[in-house]
Amino acid sequence: MLEPINVSMESLNLMTLAPMLIPIVGALVILVIDMIKGGLDRSLYVVLSLLFLFMDFSTLIEAAGVFAKDGSVMGVFDVMLIDGLAILSQFIIVGASMLFIPLALSHTRFHEFSYPEFFALFLFMISGFQFMVATDNLILIFVGLETSSLALYTLIAMHNRDKSFEAAVKYFTMGALAAGLYSFGAMVFYALTGSVEIGKIAAVLAANGYADLAYVLVAVVFMLASFAFKLSLVPFHTWAPDVYEGASAAMAGYMSIVPKIAAFVVAMRLFEFLIHSGVVWLEIVLYIFVIVTMTAANMWALVQTDVKRMLAYSSVSHAGFVMAAILIGTTQSNSALFLYWVLFSFTNLGSFSMLWISRQKHLPAHQSSDHSYDKFAGMIKTSPMAASIMGLFMLSLAGIPPFALFWGKLYLISSAVTSGYTVLALIMALNSAIAGYYYVKLIVYMFMKEPVVGNDGHMYVANATMSLRTIIGLAAIGTIFAVIAINPLLEFITTFVYNSGY
Amino acid sequence: MLDHILSILIFFPALAGVFGFMIQKDSVRAYGLAVATVEFALSLWLWFAFDSNVSGMQFMEQLPLIPAFGINYTLGVDGISLFIIILAAFFTMIGIASLPETKDVKNMIISLLFLQMTMIGVFAALDAIVFYIFWELSLVPMLYIIGAWGGPLRVYASVKFFLYTFAGSLVMLVGMLFMAYFYFQATGVWSFAILEWYRLILPESFQLWLFAAFFVGFAIKVPMFPFHTWLPYAHGQAPTIGSVILAAILLKMGTYAFIRFSLPMFPDASVFFMFPIAILAIIMIIYTAMVAYAQEDIKQVVAYSSVSHMGVIILGTFALNVEGISGSVFLMIAHGVVSGALFLLVGVIYDRRHTKMMNQFGGLAHVMPRYATIFGLMLMASVGMPLTINFVGEFLSLLGFYQQSHVLTILAGTAIVVGAIYMLAAYKKMFFGNVTIEENRNLPDVNKRELLALIPLSIITVWLGVYPNPVLAPINNSVESIVQLMHDKSITEEAKSRIPNLIKGIEITRTSIEEAH
Repeated sequence: MLEPINVSMESLNLMTLAPMLIPIVGALVILVIDMIKGGLDRSLYVVLSLLFLFMDFSTLIEAAGVFAKDGSVMGVFDVMLIDGLAILSQFIIVGASMLFIPLALSHTRFHEFSYPEFFALFLFMISGFQFMVATDNLILIFVGLETSSLALYTLIAMHNRDKSFEAAVKYFTMGALAAGLYSFGAMVFYALTGSVEIGKIAAVLAANGYADLAYVLVAVVFMLASFAFKLSLVPFHTWAPDVYEGASAAMAGYMSIVPKIAAFVVAMRLFEFLIHSGVVWLEIVLYIFVIVTMTAANMWALVQTDVKRMLAYSSVSHAGFVMAAILIGTTQSNSALFLYWVLFSFTNLGSFSMLWISRQKHLPAHQSSDHSYDKFAGMIKTSPMAASIMGLFMLSLAGIPPFALFWGKLYLISSAVTSGYTVLALIMALNSAIAGYYYVKLIVYMFMKEPVVGNDGHMYVANATMSLRTIIGLAAIGTIFAVIAINPLLEFITTFVYNSGY
Repeated sequence: MLDHILSILIFFPALAGVFGFMIQKDSVRAYGLAVATVEFALSLWLWFAFDSNVSGMQFMEQLPLIPAFGINYTLGVDGISLFIIILAAFFTMIGIASLPETKDVKNMIISLLFLQMTMIGVFAALDAIVFYIFWELSLVPMLYIIGAWGGPLRVYASVKFFLYTFAGSLVMLVGMLFMAYFYFQATGVWSFAILEWYRLILPESFQLWLFAAFFVGFAIKVPMFPFHTWLPYAHGQAPTIGSVILAAILLKMGTYAFIRFSLPMFPDASVFFMFPIAILAIIMIIYTAMVAYAQEDIKQVVAYSSVSHMGVIILGTFALNVEGISGSVFLMIAHGVVSGALFLLVGVIYDRRHTKMMNQFGGLAHVMPRYATIFGLMLMASVGMPLTINFVGEFLSLLGFYQQSHVLTILAGTAIVVGAIYMLAAYKKMFFGNVTIEENRNLPDVNKRELLALIPLSIITVWLGVYPNPVLAPINNSVESIVQLMHDKSITEEAKSRIPNLIKGIEITRTSIEEAH
């Protein structure tokens, strides 16, 4: 007869699950409300989601306090791992989501149907991302990845345009492929080491001195390809511009931030020990990935005629830029990754929101796409405030000091310099210069061209409401005054990253 | 108030610019002029309060910005930066005063006020990152001024200006990060403070690489010979006010940065690169003079002559002795006054005729005698006639470089003299002879508003040409301490012999470093 399983609740440490459970509960509450009384206004769901996210955020603050006192916490049969990386990335995930949710209160209808489902799926997705970053168990990572991805595909399709369906299907296909590659890579790691926990995999591989190097490389290739899909690294980026174009502008901005930080954290956990263990091959491949992604995406962005596609390619390029942090793999570079992503999140969300408030339902004859450069010609004459804010976001993305993203670039390039990657640092700097061109191109259109006849400037803010203006205002203020926040942010991030052993 | 006068000088125009959005369109010109005048008065007060006997930094301010990464908001002026700051305030003032009727005058004035913030910030910054912030930020208003009010090719010109300078400064930024990292390795703390970096003695090989990285950023800004192609476009397309500020102040950022960063931080590399850079400078002087001679457009003539004289400034800087560097700093002021005035003068005729082609003019001396007189004076100053402001600077720069190389100096000196040809030829085409074109017969002479700008410039041109001492003495003082610092820091034999030793400077340098803490 089997012994009765005896697990004390203490050792399960269920509090580690709290941040992920809150959005799940929230999603269920929304579904239940919809079941009891349908046809309620979207503002209800927006506020409810916001409330649950606030709750989520406050449990994260508590978790951060625990981490600062006791260090990393394991829980639920040691599956959950709440370390500094998990906490930092969850802050970014939940924070960016809180900035995103009010964007649904746009002037025209956000979606044609299914409001409750949208917000329920949204909350499920967030908990998926949170699971993904708060564990080093490959299986749980997979579960989190799939939960969030499946929700995200549906959210994109809900935009209800022909292009959105195309985008959702494309994203789904690519995502399925990435998931397949991921599980294959995880399988090889399990076959090699008998464990699905990254920490144990690292320990076993180090103990036998990478005896089966060929198999390790096979596993790494699959993992790398899978993350390259998720992070839209060249040449696995092909879905990104089409998906961004098909999704609503707000959703595209969200997609350029939150799914990527989750993938970055997993990539950091997985690749860090491999690079440091002297798998030279991986270092070279990552180096090539980083440089090609930065440069090629920049080149493509140069020739775009649509601002949204330009921003899509620029997000790809930024992802490549930040991937350099994982290649460098020092505490400074990993801190730089988080600093960069915090600053990038509100700058990029701000610029996509500017596109979102100027959404048009019916294209005028002279425009080939919704956000073509021509649309913004002479914007300074017709709506100077919106043009100045858009210009501000562009300057920040280009890395003009003292605006937000400059500090991220500064610290990241500095980390390359510090670790002896001189050539990489120069390439990163020169890529920022190339990127300057397409950001300035939009500024040229807005500030130096004459407006199209008959444009009274209303269309730039056609979709704006109080809550959208608030979000954009917050992003703009954050962009301008980022310099004040850098020091506490940097100290906070560095402590957390360092204490997690990265 | 004097404790924070530099911060006030930097942020007063910016604040005024923000409030400027609230001003009604027709009244904004008076507002801009009032702000710029107050700013100029403040800069004069700075000069008044400045102690010319101290060679180190004065009016220092420090505020931690990102202490975790060693970035502090540190400001200070010495004799080198003081007069460029005054010049920047002065040119913004007369630029706004003489601004002709344009479209969107409100946006123009607000841009100018923001530009003024960045210009003064660059020259007052004593922290590399703060310097870099203002350096990069200055591109944005200029991009807008050229791109929105410029000529037919304005978009191309402004984007070229922006990207060229932006690319160069990013390389410089990598250099700064390396410098901070070396400082971190040497001392264990991050610091971007320039005065702290002065104390760091680097091996020669490091110096060479870092010098090259900084050189790319500075040389594009100056602009030096192979990197100068953006400037004729920028000048050619920019509105008058844009060209004036560009020539008078923005280009000086590059030469100033050479003296502030490259020389004292990398003395051995400076000696190593002295001749290559001198040769580039001489090519710059001769080549752009020849190009200037071939121009049909009077503004391009002035633009190329401006580049040509920037070559003399570079030559003086890389003489690496007190005469040469003092001369080049003085020439920066002189070049600012003279080429700024020449661009204003070109603007005067352009407003009347809407053309800058020299073959459209001729015999203007009969029609516009006052204009011809002032133009003649500025032209004489530009070719370096004795008793004008340029002469002092050019003479000292060449005198300094003569101690390093006789041949190159004679070459440069001849080139400057020959340079007089194209200016005189241009003057002849425009002003002498008979009035051949009917439209020119009734052109009005310079009006009061234009005189308001031109007369002070003429007075300065002659006054500092005859009696340069009030400006030259403080410059000389600060330059001496930099040269001494370079001598003390240099490690190679050649550098020790090339950079003169002036014993008296030592104490002062040390106290200025201590003040930085």
